[in-house]
Amino acid sequence: MIPVIKNPHRGRLLIKGGRVIDPRQNLDQVTNILIENGKVLSIGHHLDTPANTPTLDATNSVVAPGLVDVHVHLREPGGEAKETIATGTRAAAAGGVTSVVSMPNTNPPMDNVADIQFVISRAAQEGMVRVYPTGTISKGRLGQELSEIGAMASVGCVAITDDGSEVMNSQLFRRALEYTKTFNLIVMDHCEDVNLMGDGVMNDGALATRLGLAGIPRQAEYTMVARNIALAELTGGRLHLTHMSVKESVELIRQAKAKGLHVTADVTPHHLILTEEAVQEYKSNAKVNPPLRTMEDVTALRKGLKEGVLDCVASDHAPHTQSEKLQEFSNAPFGLIGLETMLPLIITELVKPGYLTLSEMILRMSDLPARLFNLPAGTLEPGSNADIVIFDPEAKQTFTHFVSRSQNSPFLGWQLNGVVERTLVGGQTVYERSAASAKPHPSPL
Amino acid sequence: MKKDTARLKDLLGLEYLSRAQIEELLDQAKPMKQLFTRSVKKAPALRGKTVALVFFEPSTRTRTSFELAAKRLSADTLNIAASTSSVQKGESLIDTAKTLDAMKVDYIVLRHSASGAPHLVAREVKARVINAGDGSHEHPTQGLLDAFTIIEKKGKIDGLKVAILGDVAHSRVARSNLWVLTKLGAHVTVCAPETLIPPGLKEIFGSHVTITSHVDEAVKDADVINVLRLQVERQKENLMPSIREYAELFGLNLSRLALAKRDCIVLHPGPMNRGVEITSEVADSHQSVVLDQVTNGIAIRMSVLYWLTGHPLLDGGATAEQTLTQSEKLS
Repeated sequence: MIPVIKNPHRGRLLIKGGRVIDPRQNLDQVTNILIENGKVLSIGHHLDTPANTPTLDATNSVVAPGLVDVHVHLREPGGEAKETIATGTRAAAAGGVTSVVSMPNTNPPMDNVADIQFVISRAAQEGMVRVYPTGTISKGRLGQELSEIGAMASVGCVAITDDGSEVMNSQLFRRALEYTKTFNLIVMDHCEDVNLMGDGVMNDGALATRLGLAGIPRQAEYTMVARNIALAELTGGRLHLTHMSVKESVELIRQAKAKGLHVTADVTPHHLILTEEAVQEYKSNAKVNPPLRTMEDVTALRKGLKEGVLDCVASDHAPHTQSEKLQEFSNAPFGLIGLETMLPLIITELVKPGYLTLSEMILRMSDLPARLFNLPAGTLEPGSNADIVIFDPEAKQTFTHFVSRSQNSPFLGWQLNGVVERTLVGGQTVYERSAASAKPHPSPL
Repeated sequence: MKKDTARLKDLLGLEYLSRAQIEELLDQAKPMKQLFTRSVKKAPALRGKTVALVFFEPSTRTRTSFELAAKRLSADTLNIAASTSSVQKGESLIDTAKTLDAMKVDYIVLRHSASGAPHLVAREVKARVINAGDGSHEHPTQGLLDAFTIIEKKGKIDGLKVAILGDVAHSRVARSNLWVLTKLGAHVTVCAPETLIPPGLKEIFGSHVTITSHVDEAVKDADVINVLRLQVERQKENLMPSIREYAELFGLNLSRLALAKRDCIVLHPGPMNRGVEITSEVADSHQSVVLDQVTNGIAIRMSVLYWLTGHPLLDGGATAEQTLTQSEKLS
């Protein structure tokens, strides 16, 4: 179900002279894109356009399908002080993200049709980018009884997840994987043994000992990755493992894929870039779940992404207010914001050093996540939605403030390569760097 | 002598101090102890300064020790306990600290159940912050007073064999002891059930530390045994099957103490669970120095308060005693 576009761009728009990268079309060349009524009409050097066609000059920029982020906390309802659908989708637009999959651990948790419809209607009223809601696996996110999954699917829920915590009851998780098959729904899982996690607040090990903080052992993640894969094997269900953080998980997923199981996975920019050292001095903006791990894990995650064992990059954008984060480390909530930094982080830390090409980056941040979640996005093929990001991969910027309502980022103050110049949804500009501080753009949805 | 003794704004942990800084703090504590063990217990060194004692956890020993230390240097003290403060009304730690800062207190002595709470406060206030115990992280003045007591009794720390018995995983006293003792050249053997030994100790302290779960091994030929308080709630977390079993297998009793060196001393940060981690016979034996620790705690805290002013005590022509009695110097 495609979020309704109330106000797609009318008429034609030509994006001229940009380096167009679209892995699904195996395209990486300087060319032009013609948009008509919110859809891509054609791509080519010599497009038949009247001289008065509105034109965007994208010379020296990359033009790519808008990013697709399958793990975003928009916090509405219940957490409006942290983020709303309006502010979160503006942050997405600023980050070049045109489709977000929103998490259901709101307050109350999204475990029924009305909640899913609320997100869809709210996004239609106030959203700047396309929002695809997920529902919970279990009623109340309590891990005891299945939510009304089929009903939620019928109104536009794209996946189910109890994200934020694990479904510890293996029988329930098995049933979820079985039941969703009928509805072609993905079961997305957080992968963390809650008992093993205990009251842990960071990676277990010497640094946790030095800081006197309770650790979360890596086994808390990969025992659940192993269990979930086993249950995917049992059921033939469609399993997506989110925010993988340890090298052992990568190996388990590699084996699962080799067996032909329907298992996919994502990884966050922060787990690809930071290690546990980021929490030194009790920096709560680096307190995240799963916790930042070690250099060995970072290396394994990067390799896993390069090889496609990890299918895509997702931000796990998790806004929290400053006063919540400005607490004792063990009392501060887990999570960091990521929508606005994901593209420059991947460019700076993975593309520039040669781990990924720009085309592989678009594959992992747009094309594949769209395909995994069956979203009408991730390509600029003629006829597809004109959801587009235009960015300069060389330009530098230093993050000192975010569009998101929350500012909890460990990357504050980082100078990064890669500047989003313009984001379009349905052919309409939803973010423009030069106008970022000027008037807000009207919602296209 | 001069190297690496730069004064810090705050005392957050012994991990962050150099050996030279630690030695300076310990040396300074000697004249402090002389001062208050005389008949007149007070010097005007911190006259006009205000020390806020902010305790978010119950404490008698550490709080009164800091209070006496401050008063014996003529500072004014202010007691704030979480149970009677606006924390009860939901005020955050930062807001409490900023309020005190706005009242122009000079020191915030903070006890808190969360590791890193003093770091958080220190970043946000102008007042000097002294960590009086944060979660499982550090209790730096305890580490210093333990080291001071050991030096007083043994003449040195270099080359000593020290055993730390008990719940190292959750103990801030253990961490501060490990830092100070290894920096001063002791070899530390840590002994606890495997469930109470935190990961990575070898990684952090290298060959300065040995880890065992056998008390007999740990105390054999020890010069010093430091027994940690066991929080009996740990039993509910399945970290040990029962308190009775802990006492029997991991507690310090006379027969185990007999395996140590004849002149081995026994420390305990208090309050003691007699019959759990330490038997009464050991606690009350002539080898026990727990009351010396209490006295020395005041000297160490005076030394820390004074040290953080940045003024020299032992340099120059004047004796420490003269310096301490010249109030004008700091006002």
